[in-house]
Amino acid sequence: MIKQITVISGKGGTGKTTLTAAFASLAGNAIIADCDVDAANLHLLLHPVMTSKLDFYGMKVASIDQNRCSVCGLCRKGCRFGAITENFVIDAHACEGCGVCALVCTQEAIVMKEHKSGEIYRSMTRFGPFVHARLGIGEETGGKLVSMVRKNATEMAALHNTDLIIIDGPPGIGCSVIASISGADLVFIVTEPSVSAIHDLERVIEVAAHFRIKTVVCINRYDINKEKTAYIEEYCRKKDVNVVGKLPLSEIPTKAMLEGKTVIEYKDDSFAGTVQDIWHRVHSGLISE
Amino acid sequence: MRIAIASGKGGTGKTTVSVNLALSLENVQLLDCDVEEPNCNLFLGHPLQKVEDVGIQVPAISKDKCTSCGKCAEACRFNALAVLLTGVILFPKLCHGCGACSIACTKGAISETIQVIGSIERSASHTHGIELYQGVLNIGEPMASPIIRTLKGHIDNSRTVIIDSPPGTSCPVISSITGADYCILVTEPTPFGLHDLMLAVDLVKDLQLPHGVIINRYGTGNDGVEDYCSENSIPVLMKIPYDIRIAQLYSEGTPFVLRMPHWKDRFQDTFRQLQELTGRF
Repeated sequence: MIKQITVISGKGGTGKTTLTAAFASLAGNAIIADCDVDAANLHLLLHPVMTSKLDFYGMKVASIDQNRCSVCGLCRKGCRFGAITENFVIDAHACEGCGVCALVCTQEAIVMKEHKSGEIYRSMTRFGPFVHARLGIGEETGGKLVSMVRKNATEMAALHNTDLIIIDGPPGIGCSVIASISGADLVFIVTEPSVSAIHDLERVIEVAAHFRIKTVVCINRYDINKEKTAYIEEYCRKKDVNVVGKLPLSEIPTKAMLEGKTVIEYKDDSFAGTVQDIWHRVHSGLISE
Repeated sequence: MRIAIASGKGGTGKTTVSVNLALSLENVQLLDCDVEEPNCNLFLGHPLQKVEDVGIQVPAISKDKCTSCGKCAEACRFNALAVLLTGVILFPKLCHGCGACSIACTKGAISETIQVIGSIERSASHTHGIELYQGVLNIGEPMASPIIRTLKGHIDNSRTVIIDSPPGTSCPVISSITGADYCILVTEPTPFGLHDLMLAVDLVKDLQLPHGVIINRYGTGNDGVEDYCSENSIPVLMKIPYDIRIAQLYSEGTPFVLRMPHWKDRFQDTFRQLQELTGRF
């Protein structure tokens, strides 16, 4: 039975990728997946060697044949996304690919065209197989691409006879986050003791609860505001969410990043030791279920 | 002038820049378009009042009229409808509210109802001269863009409009920054910051938005961001140093210009620079 753990945070910049990379280095035989397809960074630490590449086709996008168009305006009236300009040209950024314009056009002037909206990469890294993706600039099919990345990860797990997938998730609580956590065995939330991160933590805990996924929390840079840290611990207790560890404010993540290393590889010290403790706690909890 | 504050990477300081810039100027309307995680008001503490709910039009299928012909499900490109022997069922979280199903239905079995996915709120009082509007996506709802579009309908062009955008480079960001006169990209001087800044620059170039960079936590990391900006002739508008006091004020929800008032002058200088760059006021 494959176990999947997704690292998310609500608020960006709390340390998701730093910890995902560290976990990947500690797990040994895991499939690593970067589902932050908008702004993927994990490859900057893992230095993948690509083994294959897949084109990702998201929603088809409408296209108007100007020779057939009678400028009747039915498509503009029917489009609820404001994606058809006054000159009857499709604004590809606004088009959601619903096809209503093609449905209402009486001149057969509108076709829905396949449209490459990203790429998925399968690679090998020093920690094991890795799958990541790049969403085309301004594309809207983030959730669908995330699902494709996860599908690839599951296939690779079977291929490599691995029973663990570690997923780096996106910030926020919307479609990409939902696609990253749905069906996961554990949501690992990285937060920090600031009003924004706490607000976002509370919302993301609710999202995980909404989809009935077990959740644990790690407090990064806990010493920047110890009162807020105490608040987070109390809040998590009330919500029955386990706080699996606290990490201090440290230069190590940035220094390790500059060298393209994980914090575990960078320096064998107390910071790396704390991350290892957190991983062992999370991993043993995951496999004991 | 409409100024959008964006970044590829999350957590680089968009909200910090938005709020502190807003507090440094006069007659400001601040729009928090990060509807998945709206944070601006955590730093302003305005009492909020709900302006409206935001919903999408989802199909309501009449069991009496539906013949399970399947035309609606065929028309739906989001796989939000499934035809069973007993009738058609809707997966509301997949529905984009486009209306294709009701157009496709030949039996008049589909009407539409509003499904609320979030709301728009605004500050009830204008403390510090700021009128705040924020969008809030409800928990478990996937689609942020309809809320952002509704929120932007409240833009008041008689004011200086500051738009705090969500992170990333996909549809919610485009909905947020489209129509801005200038886009400030906030980054941090690290390899992650640079990588995601480059994505954000691709996006603003694609949208043909004038843009510049604010480097936050300056002094950590390396020179990669500055080198990239100078090689690509992107103005660096401001550098906010890495300062533990700023980080601590942030953690408490205090905008740092309120405690370090000389920074107001710096933000005003940046604003004047934007006025010169855009020719707008």
